[in-house]
Amino acid sequence: MPEYETHSYDVLIIGAGGAGLRAAIAASAEGASVGVICKSLLGKAHTVMAEGGIAAALANVDDRDGGRVHFADTMRGGQYLNNWRMAELHAKEAPDRVRELESWGAVFDRTPDGRILQRNFGGHAYPRLAHVGDRTGLELLRTLQDHGIHQGLEVHMECTITTLLKDGPAIAGAFGYDRERGRFRLFRAKAVVMATGGIGRAYRVTSNSWEYTGDGHALAYHAGAQLVDMEFVQFHPTGMVWPPSVSGLLVTEGVRGEGGVLRNSEGRRFMFDDIPDLYKDQTADNEDEGWRYTQGDRDARRPPELLTRDHVARCILREVREGRGSPHGGVFLDIAWIGERLPHGAEHIKKKLPSMYHQFKQLADIDITKEPMEVGPTTHYAMGGIRVDADTQMSSVPGLFAAGECGGGLHGANRLGGNSLSDLLVFGRRAGHHAAEYAREHDLPALPSDQVERAAEMALAPFERGASGESPYAIEKDLQDTMQDLVGIVRTEDEMRTSLEQLEALKRRATHAGVTGNREYNPGWHTALDLDSLLTVAEAVARAAVARQESRGAHFRSDYPEKDPQAGTYNQVLHRADDGTMTLVRVPIPDMRPDLKQVIEEMG
Amino acid sequence: MRDATFNIWRGDADGGAFASYTTQVSGGMVVLDAVKQIQAESAHDLAVRWNCKAGKCGSCSAEINGRPRLMCMTRMSSLPEDESITVQPMQTFPLIRDLVTDVSWNYRVKKRIKPFAPRPPDNADGSWNMAQEDADRVMEFRKCIECFLCQDVCHVLREHHLQEEFIGPRFLVYTAALEMHPLDTGDRLDDLKREQGIGYCNITKCCTTVCPEEITITDNAIIPLKERVVDNAYDPLGRLLKLLTSDA
Repeated sequence: MPEYETHSYDVLIIGAGGAGLRAAIAASAEGASVGVICKSLLGKAHTVMAEGGIAAALANVDDRDGGRVHFADTMRGGQYLNNWRMAELHAKEAPDRVRELESWGAVFDRTPDGRILQRNFGGHAYPRLAHVGDRTGLELLRTLQDHGIHQGLEVHMECTITTLLKDGPAIAGAFGYDRERGRFRLFRAKAVVMATGGIGRAYRVTSNSWEYTGDGHALAYHAGAQLVDMEFVQFHPTGMVWPPSVSGLLVTEGVRGEGGVLRNSEGRRFMFDDIPDLYKDQTADNEDEGWRYTQGDRDARRPPELLTRDHVARCILREVREGRGSPHGGVFLDIAWIGERLPHGAEHIKKKLPSMYHQFKQLADIDITKEPMEVGPTTHYAMGGIRVDADTQMSSVPGLFAAGECGGGLHGANRLGGNSLSDLLVFGRRAGHHAAEYAREHDLPALPSDQVERAAEMALAPFERGASGESPYAIEKDLQDTMQDLVGIVRTEDEMRTSLEQLEALKRRATHAGVTGNREYNPGWHTALDLDSLLTVAEAVARAAVARQESRGAHFRSDYPEKDPQAGTYNQVLHRADDGTMTLVRVPIPDMRPDLKQVIEEMG
Repeated sequence: MRDATFNIWRGDADGGAFASYTTQVSGGMVVLDAVKQIQAESAHDLAVRWNCKAGKCGSCSAEINGRPRLMCMTRMSSLPEDESITVQPMQTFPLIRDLVTDVSWNYRVKKRIKPFAPRPPDNADGSWNMAQEDADRVMEFRKCIECFLCQDVCHVLREHHLQEEFIGPRFLVYTAALEMHPLDTGDRLDDLKREQGIGYCNITKCCTTVCPEEITITDNAIIPLKERVVDNAYDPLGRLLKLLTSDA
């Protein structure tokens, strides 16, 4: 076997966003030696894009809040497909994880009495999101980064993993390359934590950065782990639609939390026209009540703009399809109107939503304190992910853990805004902690040389084909079109069957992708290597979506527009069969513990 | 849509040259769109670093028509239409390839700065009380996205290459955020003076001008730090008091 730059760790963390860094800090606190793989530079991970806040029932703003309410809200949002044990742990532990961030230097916005301020968000019964203006993700990630660099972690920046290595059934490490020189790196590890984020790059319109190619999902799947709930892809209702180059860029839900309203081309607040029964009791039925809610009136119910993301996204799509959209194919999101209600409206908006003000001013020439924004749905988040044990975050592959967006279970059929930053803190810590524990109980696995050689060969194949191969960019673009057009917000059997055929053809094309140039920082090569992950997650989404013949949460089928109670009793789990085909099984949801069931009944 | 010509630096540490590319652009596009388009059309291996494409991660720093900027936040409509556009890597850092530079020095510098050290919690649940106005003092500094454009433009680093003696504007902002943090108890003033070279900054404010987050780096971070360092080092009254109260 040729020589590779080799590193050995107790715990290898793949991904350096919030989940990865929190896991790394936890593993290091247990005394483990920890290596962290960053696909980009440290501190650039997609977590920085999170704007709204961290959901945690601190009850600083409304003392009626608590872990039980947060649990019930999360389950309702997920349409009860959630792993209830994860939802319980998440609600219980999130407040401690937020306070811990403060002890590491994070600075949150404050209540008048000096505690951490919390804001309203869709699907949360009370103001629950700890936040810093609209740059909470940056604050979270920078805090973990600045704390983490003093915890003895070894960070490998601009490094991409292409294969997980196994010793028998258990994990043995990972193989990848560094971008800078294109050299191969071999990481031996007793335990591996996947924290690679999402899959948004499988779609044409997405709020996700280039890193979000589903690497963690795909690597774990090929290593024998299971994927769960892959049919549930969250389309955030408000992405920018113009100019075209920023199409998909996120417009935080915080705009609506601060009083922003959605209108169609007729000036109508169309969200009042369609309020789902499940949420009727909690939703305002007039504009004034909705406004009062955003201003902290405890007796007011939330405006319909703050209904769950899947519902708002579909309502927007309906307005556009029925000809009541904005000039560039979205609808209007208006925050400027609050100037009618507040004396210093413009200043208030700039203070509460500085990044949004900045973003529209610079990228679209629009002053959001004076005119409405144009927004439309954008691929945002994968609820589905690697299936893990709720308490330890270990997958079905011994020694392989997962946390954050690439893990599955917490969010069920739909994630509430704010629950992802809390997710990555709570389960990042759990994954890191248990990975370190696992590492303590196991020896360093043997090095599977044959797997390493095969991985190196596969990674270099695009160069062998060179200019005679097909452009990886073209294949990537066609894959994004397939998913966007055929497995998007509104799905039907026929279209999804077509998508599966197209994905088969794309898989064949991917084996002919060729690149030129050398191995040093060669984005064509990187794109070619990302294709395998994209194809795997795209197939997983399409297969799971075809199989779920109902509409629930983020998964909406125009051929099965209703919820099917029977389909609410199972999760769909995908795994790689011995012959290499992707296989789906329906796994019954275990009975909820009686005390939790009671919480659900009490909270409605 | 119209044709635009870009002169993009191609090369590595051993040398290189500007290469000319023509591509179709519209006013709503940003420079990064055009660069990526060129990459997909005709220069598959053109190295460029980017992530969020929303001005939030600070990865796509470069020099556009000679000015340090984020490629993702520079709209084509803000550049002259009748001339070609020059895009080159940041000049202060070693070149890796094309538009990508080695910024690892910044990460080493940060590690040397004394970390956050909070006072004991105010409340039994481990939390602190903090007034919004105290929090606001450091919010500006904490907006930093670490694009390192301020480091790129700083003449102490760019022209005088004093990387060993001076930490640069980014890390003066970072230190200011720690020093002015309402909960922090650490003392970094001696380090600033002795090892981190705050004296090298002669307040030309170039860093403030290029900051995409509009952080008032010089006035709000560096000057107050300089004042604290001076107060700390030159304090005759304090020294006299020490002398009188000591046993010596």
